[in-house]
Amino acid sequence: MKPTHSSFPWFSRLALILLGVLFLLPFFWMVSTSLKPLNETMKLPLEWLPTSPQWHNYPDAMKAMGPFWLYARNSLFLAFLNVVGTVFSSALVAYGFSRLDWRGRDTCFFVLLATMMIPFPVVMVPIYGLFRALGWIGTFQPLWVPAFLAGAFNVFLLRQFFLSIPKDLSEAARIDGCSEFRIFWQIILPLAKPALLTVALFQFMATWNDFLGPLIFLAREEQYTLALGLQALQGTISGTPWHHLMAASTLVLLPVLVLFFLTQRTFIRGIATTGLK
Amino acid sequence: MAKVLIENLYKIYPAEKGRPEKIAVDNANFEIQDREFMVLVGPSGCGKTTTLRMVAGLEEITRGSIYLDGKKINEVPPKDRDIAMVFQNYALYPHMPVYRNMAFGLELRGVPKDEIRRRVDSAAKILGLLEPDNLLERKPKALSGGQRQRVALGRAIVRKPKAFLFDEPLSNLDAKMRVETRTEISKLHRQLDSTMIYVTHDQTEAMTMADRIVVMRYGKIQQIAAPLELYHRPANLFVAGFIGSPPMNLLQGTLEAAPNGTLEFVEKVTSPHLPFRGVLSTDTSRKLSSRQGKEVILGFRPEQLHPNATSSNPTLQGILEVVEPMGAETYLYLKTGAHSCICRTTETDLGLKEGSKINLGVDLSRAVFFDPKTEETILT
Repeated sequence: MKPTHSSFPWFSRLALILLGVLFLLPFFWMVSTSLKPLNETMKLPLEWLPTSPQWHNYPDAMKAMGPFWLYARNSLFLAFLNVVGTVFSSALVAYGFSRLDWRGRDTCFFVLLATMMIPFPVVMVPIYGLFRALGWIGTFQPLWVPAFLAGAFNVFLLRQFFLSIPKDLSEAARIDGCSEFRIFWQIILPLAKPALLTVALFQFMATWNDFLGPLIFLAREEQYTLALGLQALQGTISGTPWHHLMAASTLVLLPVLVLFFLTQRTFIRGIATTGLK
Repeated sequence: MAKVLIENLYKIYPAEKGRPEKIAVDNANFEIQDREFMVLVGPSGCGKTTTLRMVAGLEEITRGSIYLDGKKINEVPPKDRDIAMVFQNYALYPHMPVYRNMAFGLELRGVPKDEIRRRVDSAAKILGLLEPDNLLERKPKALSGGQRQRVALGRAIVRKPKAFLFDEPLSNLDAKMRVETRTEISKLHRQLDSTMIYVTHDQTEAMTMADRIVVMRYGKIQQIAAPLELYHRPANLFVAGFIGSPPMNLLQGTLEAAPNGTLEFVEKVTSPHLPFRGVLSTDTSRKLSSRQGKEVILGFRPEQLHPNATSSNPTLQGILEVVEPMGAETYLYLKTGAHSCICRTTETDLGLKEGSKINLGVDLSRAVFFDPKTEETILT
């Protein structure tokens, strides 16, 4: 049943509104600052809204960042490969962990889950060593090839979803003449669309916002991504131009926001139904 | 069309995580003739579905063999067995419209498009999926339970398989729909003239549809016979109780010598109740002569009890507990000395009062006798 106005207690509403405002605040502050002249950005007492919106901050910020569109292209390129790689490989691995029976399956799955507990900074150095040995430093490969090797979190998410799809469907397909891969491709994947979209969106955001990865593995400026490009605005000799930094940040954030709003219905259903029948 | 042979079939689930080993199918042996409608019936957990799944190739065979048309299919993958299966919860692909659901198996087999169209249309016509509404373009979720089951049947029919397998296909339908679909499947069997193996826990389904029935319990086959033979000549107490609704009446007692040289069944009761006594025919007495003085269980069907006791039949006395008018017939539940009995009569205007004492005539000509220890039938 949908919560109706009367059955939804006022304090829950209030708490949600307060939390919503709290989460919205940094975003609001970013957009507001992006439209201020520099001298207003650090003014005390706080100015919530710019006295007169400085729309030219946006083109100025793009110019100050350097080759903005090149960075955007690099970011898009990496995001695209990461999304494709992650969705496909994680789904394939999750299928193996949920819909195939094999010895030691659950043990392997726990080992995989355990890798989620290792933070990136811990493996940063060995990974760097590995990619250097492969001669990949200074290329895009370290930033997209691993996506084709499935990530623990996404595998977990998809596995839970796959488990909720009745076994009979696979069996009916098997009798209909499907190979295991075809069952995966033509039966399970179409049914797991919400979950796949969730994974895709998560991965898009992760790649789009990734700063550390590009910082470590990329060498030349023309390879930079937007997240890395933002750094150009930070701590320049003349101090940080906050209004430009915020304008550029808003621009960088925009695609994620648009994508979320376009997919939010499926996305939320994906999270909500993950693991549920 | 095909003959299925099941030989020394075992399915054993090995012990796992504190669970003991489980023998799901215990040495099953039977043959399903070409074009036969064979029903596997039994309570849940009796191994009927496991047996069916082994025929389908969805379950690995622990030991034994399955032959389809003389060819051993133990190692043949399901898609190459040329069988079609209808599942309990339909197992329709939710993301495909009805047409695609039915066509999918044919597409995978590379059947030409126009041939697929022809077969799907013909199956849809047989199953009433085109009228009054054309359901072919609908997604399964827009269909009722009965319609979904018809689509599932259609998916099996279009394949023109050697054998159809049904795994409790009616158990998700309501009572009315179940009866309708039951007759529809029976009709289909005649129309398609093909081998069908049907699993159910519902003995009525088994009785009404089957050419022959395999009754299973705890993984073991109890009896294989035609419906009426099962009904009148159950192999053991389990079959006697499982087949037939209301179930067979069972009285415990002993066989004693009667004055005219025949045997007499005497019900085992505690005083002050008077036992039911029934003299057996000469023929029956001769067959049971070795059991004289021994305990037996007498079984007779509810319709072998008659509300009008006549002198030719022995009389069963009891207290009438419940009268259930079913319309065309009436069920009388009565308590005798030590047992409960059910009488089924076509007389509907009996004027009997619940709680009153009544005398019922027992027709022992079709009675069966069981050994109380082995629970097997004595007379065969």
